[in-house]
Amino acid sequence: MRIWKFGDNVDTDQIIPADYLTTGDAKKLAAHAFAKVRPEFAKEVKQGDIIVAGENFGCGSSREHAPRALLGAGVRCVIAKSFARIFFRNSINIGLPLIEADVSDRIEEGDEIEIRFEDGVITNHTKRAEYQFTPLPEFMQRLLQSGGLINYIKRMK
Amino acid sequence: MPTIAAKILSEKAGIGRAANAGEIVECEVDYVMVNDITGVPAFEVFQELGNANEMRTEKVVVIQDHYVPNKDVESAEQARALRSYARRYQIEDYYEIGRGGICHQVMIEEGFVAPGRLIIGADSHTCSYGALGAFSTGVGSTEAAAAMATGRLWFKVPETQKFVINGELRRYVMGKDIILHIIGEIGVSGSLYKAQEFYGTAIENLSLSDRITISNMAVEAGAKAGIIPPDEKVFDFLRGRVRGEYRAVYADGNEEDYEEVVEYDAAAIVPTVAKPFSPDNTVPASELDVLIDQAYLGSCTNGRIEDLRVAAELLKGRKVNPAVRMIVVPASEKVFQQAIEEGLITIFLEAGAFVCGPTCGACLGGHMGVLAQGERCISTTNRNFIGRMGHKDSEVYLANPAVVAASALNGRITDPTGF
Repeated sequence: MRIWKFGDNVDTDQIIPADYLTTGDAKKLAAHAFAKVRPEFAKEVKQGDIIVAGENFGCGSSREHAPRALLGAGVRCVIAKSFARIFFRNSINIGLPLIEADVSDRIEEGDEIEIRFEDGVITNHTKRAEYQFTPLPEFMQRLLQSGGLINYIKRMK
Repeated sequence: MPTIAAKILSEKAGIGRAANAGEIVECEVDYVMVNDITGVPAFEVFQELGNANEMRTEKVVVIQDHYVPNKDVESAEQARALRSYARRYQIEDYYEIGRGGICHQVMIEEGFVAPGRLIIGADSHTCSYGALGAFSTGVGSTEAAAAMATGRLWFKVPETQKFVINGELRRYVMGKDIILHIIGEIGVSGSLYKAQEFYGTAIENLSLSDRITISNMAVEAGAKAGIIPPDEKVFDFLRGRVRGEYRAVYADGNEEDYEEVVEYDAAAIVPTVAKPFSPDNTVPASELDVLIDQAYLGSCTNGRIEDLRVAAELLKGRKVNPAVRMIVVPASEKVFQQAIEEGLITIFLEAGAFVCGPTCGACLGGHMGVLAQGERCISTTNRNFIGRMGHKDSEVYLANPAVVAASALNGRITDPTGF
């Protein structure tokens, strides 16, 4: 598990540049995640890695390709101080967990962390610290547990 | 919570009362719009839902605009896939290139947008329709698919911020400057999860085109919607154009209904530029001395006939600076046609500008004007993120059409006031 840290206002053009928007396939998109601003990301990211960022993560374009690229890259969840609203909805709808928590100053790349989603607790084993967050509303947790909106709608039938 | 946003969402949820901010409501949407980038994933997701769902085709609008004319084999395949989905599901409101234009301009021109409507689109600038008193917002492909299947979508009723702009705008100060000024003040997350409403004499005196520019960029402050109460200008525009009936929705006018009320003096707003790499990085155009390689006039933000007229007025009888490539892209085929009839296209061509048909191409760094390493573009578009229009080390400066035209002539970013 690796932590990838980003700053404030990471826009969806950074997450997946427009050059690659000719497919909706998560794996294909993942090969170009952060291609312009952090080219090593797509090569080095592993299943279970976590992104930690500041304010307004995912601002800009409504392209669902952005959370799809992260999901395809194996990102387990994104922790940010706040999220842009379309990115937030897109992520939950496709089953990418998000945590709204102001911990960017307290988690370093290289830290070993553990997340208990239902309890709203992030444990930083490296720093021997715990951070609380407000768990997602129950409705959104159900969406995530179903694997996103489509599986949720299918189950409801 | 009787703001316009709360009223429209409450009405469309059919709950028979005004919903409160923070409440989650399930609403009937009037239209779902998708384009060539977001449309194919939406139809794919719709198919995943299985055969039990009939598509609500009467609500679906499909517009080819982002990578048109297709930029490479991949985008041509994607466009073909979208075309074939539109045929398979018998989507009547399908806009092929040559018969439409940039999606938001088409939605407005073709009468899909009207006051009081709830419209979603798989494109973040869907918030543009707030200028006609609609609640409209951008969604992802999966949500678009869910709405295609059910005609409905859930919304969290947002808090609303009220912006009041009173007074007279100076010459060459446009809607673009008002919204850049506001974003510069409140920041790119200043309206996160919220709706915006715009009031004041300066807004009342603006053309519909300038109002669309303001609503268009609401999302650049993180807003869910940017709504302007509809007036005679809107009703006149819709006469003979709008599809079906509509009913205008107004706020109750109580200041306490708003999360905050912010006032601006229109006369204090100057031609404004947002520097790289954020729309809130604003300065007066007059304070910049920046050489440019490209000047771009177009997009859903500023590609309307009014925008072209302003630029043509400055370019008439003059030549674009030899060091600058100027690109002019009318927002729709109808705008293009009108610009030809008014002689504007001849003015652009004689000035040495390149003119092409409507496309989102260069705005998102797709094609038709991408930037090389280190190049700078003054642009009427809406985003100046890292690498937005091309190479990661290229730069985009956002401005109104008059600033873009004056800068194209001077070869450097220029306040048009002196022209």
